[in-house]
Amino acid sequence: MSDSQVIKPEGLTIDWRSDKTNRRVRRRYAANRRLQAYGIIAIVLAIGLLGVLVTSIVSTGAPAFVQTKVDLQVDIDSAKVDPQDPASGNYRTIFREAVASAVPGVTSKNQRSIGKIFSSDAPYILRDYVVSHPDVIGKTVTLAIPVSDPFDQLYKGVIPLEVDALSWSQAGWFERLTNRGVVVEQDGRTGLKLDVYIDPAKVEAGPPPSGEFAALARKSLQAYLPNVRDSSLSKMLADDAPEAIAKRIAADPGVIGKTVQIVFPVSAPYAELAKGETPKVLNPRYSPDQIEAFDTLKERGLVHSPFNWELFFRADSRFPERAGLAGAIAGSFYALLVCFLLSFPIGIAAAVYLEEFAPKNRFTDLIEVNINNLAAVPSVVFGLLGLAVFLGYFGLPRSAPLVGGMVLSLMTLPTIIIATRAALKAVPPSIREAALGVGASKHQVMMHHVLPLALPGILTGTIIGMAQALGETAPLLLIGMNAFIPSVENVGLLEPATSLPTQIYSWADSPERGFVSRTSAAILVLLGFLVLMNVIAVALRHMFERKW
Amino acid sequence: MEAKVAPQPAVQTPAPPVPETKAGTSPAEQHALKMKASNVNLWYGEKQALFDVDLEIFDRSVTALIGPSGCGKSTFLRCLDRMNDVIDGCRVSGDIRLDGQDIYDPHVDPVQLRARVGMVFQKPNPFPKSIFENVAYGPRIHGLCSTKAELEEVVVGSLTRAGLFEEVKDRLQEPGTGLSGGQQQRLCIARAISVNPEVLLMDEPCSALDPIATARIEDLMEELKEQLCIVIVTHSMQQAARVSQRTAFFHLGKLIEVDQTSTIFTNPKEQRTQDYITGRFG
Repeated sequence: MSDSQVIKPEGLTIDWRSDKTNRRVRRRYAANRRLQAYGIIAIVLAIGLLGVLVTSIVSTGAPAFVQTKVDLQVDIDSAKVDPQDPASGNYRTIFREAVASAVPGVTSKNQRSIGKIFSSDAPYILRDYVVSHPDVIGKTVTLAIPVSDPFDQLYKGVIPLEVDALSWSQAGWFERLTNRGVVVEQDGRTGLKLDVYIDPAKVEAGPPPSGEFAALARKSLQAYLPNVRDSSLSKMLADDAPEAIAKRIAADPGVIGKTVQIVFPVSAPYAELAKGETPKVLNPRYSPDQIEAFDTLKERGLVHSPFNWELFFRADSRFPERAGLAGAIAGSFYALLVCFLLSFPIGIAAAVYLEEFAPKNRFTDLIEVNINNLAAVPSVVFGLLGLAVFLGYFGLPRSAPLVGGMVLSLMTLPTIIIATRAALKAVPPSIREAALGVGASKHQVMMHHVLPLALPGILTGTIIGMAQALGETAPLLLIGMNAFIPSVENVGLLEPATSLPTQIYSWADSPERGFVSRTSAAILVLLGFLVLMNVIAVALRHMFERKW
Repeated sequence: MEAKVAPQPAVQTPAPPVPETKAGTSPAEQHALKMKASNVNLWYGEKQALFDVDLEIFDRSVTALIGPSGCGKSTFLRCLDRMNDVIDGCRVSGDIRLDGQDIYDPHVDPVQLRARVGMVFQKPNPFPKSIFENVAYGPRIHGLCSTKAELEEVVVGSLTRAGLFEEVKDRLQEPGTGLSGGQQQRLCIARAISVNPEVLLMDEPCSALDPIATARIEDLMEELKEQLCIVIVTHSMQQAARVSQRTAFFHLGKLIEVDQTSTIFTNPKEQRTQDYITGRFG
């Protein structure tokens, strides 16, 4: 004790076993644990949110990866198709006959509505098939014809066959009437006991009695539900409800001009509601004969849902059951190709110059600051720039992947430059010195030693920049790269095109139910490409990485 | 030819420098003047790092530069092959001549100069390539060999001169970075001498090595100095005493004293040299 006092200055004697010290140690450990806990909470939160996102996209998008189809026996009648000119055959009739043979009891009355079970593209599918297989003319072939979007959704269980007959507010009105004690049971029917003023101006005693009974019944109901529209009130009463007034007048003509209590039967859904059931009606998208015909097709085992290859190999369509991503994938590919060819060499050249050759002065500082800021500029601004300069000034074609790629390369350049500079900086100076020491010129040092060592970093940065560009929507929308591309054949650098993200945008905008799941499926495809690119980035890094 | 210095590893040398007597000869004086620096001043930006350094370096001998950290000895060494050129804001004035030619003359190509004046660095820095490629790189970029056989001959010759060939002859295609520290440093020496430099600059070549590897490098320097001129920067005064014929003492950017190694370590003229070699500072 006295020894330590000799060594240490006065007042710094520490008892490492005192309560105070122990408390401090405990506090330190607690702080450590807290810090770890915050980190774990943050990670769990992030993973949880990501999980929710992915789950919701996958569950929404999964139905789009299969497509409901019906196997139809199609008789390609040589009388209706000219073998010399198969494209101009009467495929509408052929298709109608094929449907009629598959569904017994199609009449001329309901053939139109039953035809709507199938995609509106069906005659063209037949035509394309016959054009590519001319030898089937005169034969009967079995073709899988996609069903239209409502039936696709019905078969996948996305849309229910029956929906609630009463809305939430309609059920609320009825509850109000129940609470007022108006709802009664009479003659085995649910009725509403209402006070009716038999207006002499509106009825004739008859016999038989006539007059605006429906209006009177509505008016008496309105006394209980003052803010409800007339049509809704009428729907609440059964169709034969006004006759109750007529019966009453017939029984006793003296009620005219008086207020009497009359029980009106309610309409069927409300009667079900009164019994405590949830009334259902057929989904208004379908008609009963359509459902009957579809059930017949199902019973005959003709309906099946194979994997939806058309999602990948067909271009866009107005009908969701026929819409695919091939046009968008091709457009994105061309745009990314242009983007890569422009930004990779320019980015590396700029980074190498700035990092290795540029003198350090105010001007290069300014350039550096600007490049770093460019990386943070919102992409829509680049889109405006592309619109003004590439389209407006240089007059390049609208919607073209060339312009899209040029705009995207503006966005990718700063990312590549920053990543390349970081990779160049990370090359140890000893390697440069070693090369300079044996008499390599600056150019040789760069090309033989620094760039190969920096390559994994450069490639990673480039691919991450390209992945960003792949997902970029706003600039492409501004230069019009969201064209409707119904065919993959004429996609080219200078042709109008669309891209994956803009395709997602336009599908998300479409009202058809089928596009909801297709939008999610397209997002999954886009995410798949992004994951693929990142995997390539990691693989390249491993491949080129060398230890020193 | 004087006796081999320090056949034993350096660890066995006692702490105060006990320089061996050089058998009364002055080997450096027998050789021609190889490099001559006069009035060399150097600035890193605003800060002056070298003040009026005058030094003569003789062929076929070892010149050691000693001094405390930050005294400018490495900086001066890097002036001799213009490695300072690549440092931003570095400015050199004065006159450094190689065989009578001013190396800072605008007509002199620094890249060719660095082929004539090779350099070995403090930390072994082989390229992340094969052993063969490491040594072949210099001859290749200078176009010294026209055929593959010639190149192989140069590589094998350089590795042999660097005393590494026997150890690596079976694995020339393996990465140079896989060798031990001492082997890596000898590989770097092989790489430096593969282009037949006239002067070899060594910047603390043994400071990252263990005593046995150090001893091997020192033996190697002994052999190499028969063919070329070596300038070595070292923190170890024992090493300077063992390997060098002339020693220059730097302090605070100034060349304090330069003389025969034996003179410096036994009878220095300057008080500061005396203080440094006896361990009073530094």
